[in-house]
Amino acid sequence: MSGLVLLIPVALLLGLVGLAAFFWAMRDGQFDDMDGAGMRILIEDEDQ
Amino acid sequence: MTAHPIVAGAEPLVRTVLAIPGAHCAGCIAKVEKGLAGISGLISARLNVTSKQLSITHAASLEVPALVEAVGRLGFEAQPLSEAAAEGKDKDSRKLLRATAVAGFASMNIMLLSVSVWSGAEGATRDLFHLLSGLIAIPTVAYSGQPFFRSAWSALRRGRTNMDVPITIGVLLVTALSLFEAMTSGRHAYFDGAVMLLFFLLVGRALDSLMRERARDGVTALLKQQAAGALVIAADGRSNWVRAEALCPGMRMIVAAGERLAADGMVETGTSNADLSLLTGESAPQRIAPGDCVHAGALNLDAPLTVLVTAASGDSSLAEIARLMGEAGQGRSRYVRIADRAARFYAPAVHALAAASFIIWLLLGVGWHQALLIAAAVLIITCPCALGLAVPAAQIVAAGSLMRAGVLVKDGTALERLAEADRALFDKTGTLTLGRPELVEPAAVPDDLKPVALALASASRHPLSQALRRAFEDDGVIPAAIDGLEEIPGTGTRGWWRGERVSLGRSDDLREAVLAASLVVGDAPPVQLHFRDALRPEAAATIERLRRLDIPSSIATGDRPTSVAAAIRGLGLTASTSMRPEDKLALIDRLQRRGQRVLMVGDGLNDGPALAAGHVSMAPASASDVGQNAADAVFLGDSLMPVARAVVAARRTMRVVRQNFAIAIGYNVIAVPLAFIGLVTPLVAALAMSGSSIIVVANALRLRRAAQ
Repeated sequence: MSGLVLLIPVALLLGLVGLAAFFWAMRDGQFDDMDGAGMRILIEDEDQ
Repeated sequence: MTAHPIVAGAEPLVRTVLAIPGAHCAGCIAKVEKGLAGISGLISARLNVTSKQLSITHAASLEVPALVEAVGRLGFEAQPLSEAAAEGKDKDSRKLLRATAVAGFASMNIMLLSVSVWSGAEGATRDLFHLLSGLIAIPTVAYSGQPFFRSAWSALRRGRTNMDVPITIGVLLVTALSLFEAMTSGRHAYFDGAVMLLFFLLVGRALDSLMRERARDGVTALLKQQAAGALVIAADGRSNWVRAEALCPGMRMIVAAGERLAADGMVETGTSNADLSLLTGESAPQRIAPGDCVHAGALNLDAPLTVLVTAASGDSSLAEIARLMGEAGQGRSRYVRIADRAARFYAPAVHALAAASFIIWLLLGVGWHQALLIAAAVLIITCPCALGLAVPAAQIVAAGSLMRAGVLVKDGTALERLAEADRALFDKTGTLTLGRPELVEPAAVPDDLKPVALALASASRHPLSQALRRAFEDDGVIPAAIDGLEEIPGTGTRGWWRGERVSLGRSDDLREAVLAASLVVGDAPPVQLHFRDALRPEAAATIERLRRLDIPSSIATGDRPTSVAAAIRGLGLTASTSMRPEDKLALIDRLQRRGQRVLMVGDGLNDGPALAAGHVSMAPASASDVGQNAADAVFLGDSLMPVARAVVAARRTMRVVRQNFAIAIGYNVIAVPLAFIGLVTPLVAALAMSGSSIIVVANALRLRRAAQ
């Protein structure tokens, strides 16, 4: 039972990290162009 | 990928959004973004393929027409979007997504704790888990429940009820009771049920909102923006480009041939023809000369004009149309969604059941605490989880299918109303017909002259020239080499070919309602080219298909009887002609008062009020902005068939919605008695809720091919 004291906060924390990551991604515009994001990997970066 | 070096300078930067309807692949992104990179004054350009919008940050000295031209040189048609259209992005779906994410996070964590309780946690451990669940659930309900609470409150304040009322009452009551249970070491807490309910419902709503946003982006990309600006001559003789919103009375604008007017005005110099078909529905061009008034949205055909702006674009002649539209749209806002209609019966029934179970168990003497727990179980089991998903799930899947088939449906109620339509009214110019002239019998032109005609036509933006170009380019004709090619405003184009004078221009055939041009080569007699506004492909088949769906059609047009008769021959339809916007409105009113539900299909500015008044309305992608904004759905391409296809898909959707209602009610018939006799534990509630939701969503997925 004493393991719970550790495991429950860990589970909650991991969940919160996931939620925060989702919020960050949304604010950062990661979902603005769902079709384009997949296409951009096909473009060659020749310079820079 | 667009990390262009930022040029530090004193010049202010501006952001411009261009709609690029043709963007669809990785090649397009690379071509546009890299092609623009070299332009001086341009800071960054990023193309969004999903919304088909290119957002550019650039120095203020780089003007919008130059950008459009630069994109045009790369092979893409670009339209500047007005600020309102570019900024009008919906924040609603963002909020809903956030609420869904929070509810999803919370329901997973609570489920983790609940599973331990279900598998036999006892005593202090169970109490701790219940309290922890409560700590997660209460902030979640307070945050993620807001969309429901707000909607329920606004309905109740107006003395009405909707689907959100039972949801709100159920969630709040169950959470409060579970909190009490958790504090008093009770056996059952329903935090998991309450949060899972919110999660499922939010998923439905977020999807619904995303779908609508996507359709709106699609429509925005199509908007032509009756010219998003004009070239204005300043007092010192210099000219600069001014956005439509910034035009004000007293300015002088230069309107080149082939441009649309950005504001109402009076012609000062120049004579030309104007295409008013988007404004009045009349297909024949109108002659305009100095002193004439011209309206925003008119297309200048022949010669450059100087126009004195008399009204800003916001309050131009459109004001009258806008007023009519405002009145016409009121009828539609009274439409009640099918889910809310169902809620009118559902909510009182559910609340009565919960109250009855509470009273009966109280009378049976189990004590108020036990009775309240059973009542809460009844509420959570009847909470319209499946019912709340039944409608949006079906509508989203059907709208997605229609979008792939080229019909952009703006919202879910449009599908409901489309399924109910039992009468169709078509505008003529631009709706039944293509709204652009097509060459009649290209074969009548001698083969050796076709390259000459094509070369001459390519030099002009006149609609007849463009029709000629389309017809010959489709035939694979290669343009001839012409020397000294020039366009004479108002007359035509001319040049030298193999030492002979060649010209393409106005025909002497002045019969009414005949569109013609003549091709002259040297001293030979001129070749007459005839044009007409052709019917859309599959127009007759569409009318016939609608008739078989028990939807009789007729025509309401602003055009004159003579040009109407010739155009619609063979459709077997009756037509009302020379109708002003208010006449069309009156006709629809008359039909609807007789109990008919009118599907209005139109494109022009003059159709705006009728589109807003119809029970449901559709517009082609070539329609005016007003037409596209007023319509419930916009169809792409030349064919008229999407109209019939959309009606079929809408009816199929409503069949699935009704099936989903039946499933949801069937589930309640089984689950409610169980809850009533007190057999529903939190575990049973969780299983029943997710089970019924999955069945309803699976049934909705059958609509994936609804539009084929």
